[in-house]
Amino acid sequence: MLTHLVFWGLAVVAVLTGIAVFVVNSMARASYSLALSFIAVGLQVLLLQQLYVGVLVILMMVMEMTVMAVYMNMFMGMNPAMVSMNMVHGARHALPVSVGVFLLLAAGALFAPWPSRRGSPPADVTAALGTELMGPKMLTMAVVGVVMAATIVSGVVLAAHRTRYDRLGDDLRRPRAADPQPGGVGR
Amino acid sequence: MTLRTVLLVAAALISVGLYGALSQQVVVMVMMGLELMLNGVILAVAGLWWFCAPDPSGQVLLLVVLAAMTVEMAMGFAVATSLHRIRRSDLTDTAADLSG
Amino acid sequence: MAETPVAVSGGWAPLAAGLLGTLAVAAALFDGALAGRAAGARSRMGRPVGEVARLLRQRRRTTVAADRLLWRIGGAGLLGMALMIVTVVPLGRWTLFDLAVGVVWVNALDVLAWAFVWLTGWGANSAYAMVGGYRFLAHGLAYELPLMFALVAPAVAASSLRVGEVAAAQQGLWFVVWMPVAFVVYCLGVVAMAVWGPFSPAVGRDVAGGVTAELSGVDRLLFLAGRYALLAAGAAFAVPMFLGGGSGPLLPAWAWVLVKATALLAGLVWLRRRMPALRPDLFMEVGWLVLLPAVLLQDLLVAVIVIGG
Repeated sequence: MLTHLVFWGLAVVAVLTGIAVFVVNSMARASYSLALSFIAVGLQVLLLQQLYVGVLVILMMVMEMTVMAVYMNMFMGMNPAMVSMNMVHGARHALPVSVGVFLLLAAGALFAPWPSRRGSPPADVTAALGTELMGPKMLTMAVVGVVMAATIVSGVVLAAHRTRYDRLGDDLRRPRAADPQPGGVGR
Repeated sequence: MTLRTVLLVAAALISVGLYGALSQQVVVMVMMGLELMLNGVILAVAGLWWFCAPDPSGQVLLLVVLAAMTVEMAMGFAVATSLHRIRRSDLTDTAADLSG
Repeated sequence: MAETPVAVSGGWAPLAAGLLGTLAVAAALFDGALAGRAAGARSRMGRPVGEVARLLRQRRRTTVAADRLLWRIGGAGLLGMALMIVTVVPLGRWTLFDLAVGVVWVNALDVLAWAFVWLTGWGANSAYAMVGGYRFLAHGLAYELPLMFALVAPAVAASSLRVGEVAAAQQGLWFVVWMPVAFVVYCLGVVAMAVWGPFSPAVGRDVAGGVTAELSGVDRLLFLAGRYALLAAGAAFAVPMFLGGGSGPLLPAWAWVLVKATALLAGLVWLRRRMPALRPDLFMEVGWLVLLPAVLLQDLLVAVIVIGG
């Protein structure tokens, strides 16, 4: 009973804060209501007994939303609660489309003949996930690792505006990198 | 808390996210919409795992979704930064072409 | 192998909160005494008490167009975070919340510091407070990853994410002895999330108090108390992770946990006046080029020892 109450409470929080993201008129509030939505979903995942993944969702998303808020301010510099935002375009189509998608998905969720449960959960869900990742699903882990590394590299390439030629000269022979920010390690 | 209710909540999250991703003008807000959709996907996968087939391998899919989210965010921020630097803009409409 | 702690009912939560509060107050008093000594006065141990009384009476100031909701959440959040951290710290044979992923739980909570400190800086709608918030985030980018990998080392050595089992795995040898790098980086992380000592530029005097510039009255009290509480909670969590949990001669286990936590807390408080402030822009490189590789090497070493031994 208590589990049901908690689940529904979290569900209401998750959906309402999700809607709030596109309703509130401040960047910080938008990103932190998304963070709250993620925390609610993370706690729901905890209720579904996937402890590690649930806590991980909370950890990652709070961090990402903090960064998100910084980006929003960087690109859209606004005072909190002073400027109202209206950044909607094509709302005419967006609303019917999303309502339609919701009705479709909800119908699927409610009326599809879902199979009954097969198997039973492992005793230690987290340990099972770990052995799975380091055993039969090692390939997934390896691919994810490579993709992450590629992401880091391409993210830096896209975002950085100074190349090594700016730092070390055209022939890369400058003994000390010329950076606008002095100091740090080895400089 | 049954499979159907979990999926219903996930469906709500996905469609709210879809609305955001379709309607917003600013790149970062579009990303927020995508994140919200993935949020719904996480909930749906977690629910399906628990109620349909709680064997160890199912959770791996959740980790893959999380990784996809990370990649989406990182690349999104990088593209937004690059867009801002080149065009002084953060609107999706001004980024309709592929030329730098 | 000592037995792992048992979870007690939630009715004991006020006791845990009280212990945390006592530690935080002790830290504040000790800091007052150190401040007095540094200023040449005989003792200023009473100063924190006077400050609390002053802040309780002070009227709340507010600023134009402040985002009050987020501001209040940020200010009160640090204290809440500290309380949530101590729920998984076992006190000898008892723990409040025997979570199977306790270590990750603490890690998720310490990330919340980013949100709360930044929100406190943001909510005031004041330039100096905002500068403070950004300074903290810049520190955060540098300290968070090393802190995460520092928490990995004890978990790997104990092959468990349950805090009680990590503590029980140190019967022979405390983890601090053979993973000193991880311990130092962890302490640095604790100091950083409490915006303490070397990580105080976010509340620096050069930006009129930074994040705390516009805080007054109860809000300021909550924020300051949250910082001390975080320091105390971080010291308490170090006990099961690195300092052998409740093991020790003569005294019962719960007393040893308190003794060790108090000692580490005193060390961290003392450190405040012994270390220079770390500039966020310079510390960024230190974090990524020195701390992160060092901690990764430490993790590798621990993993090799665990597999080989």
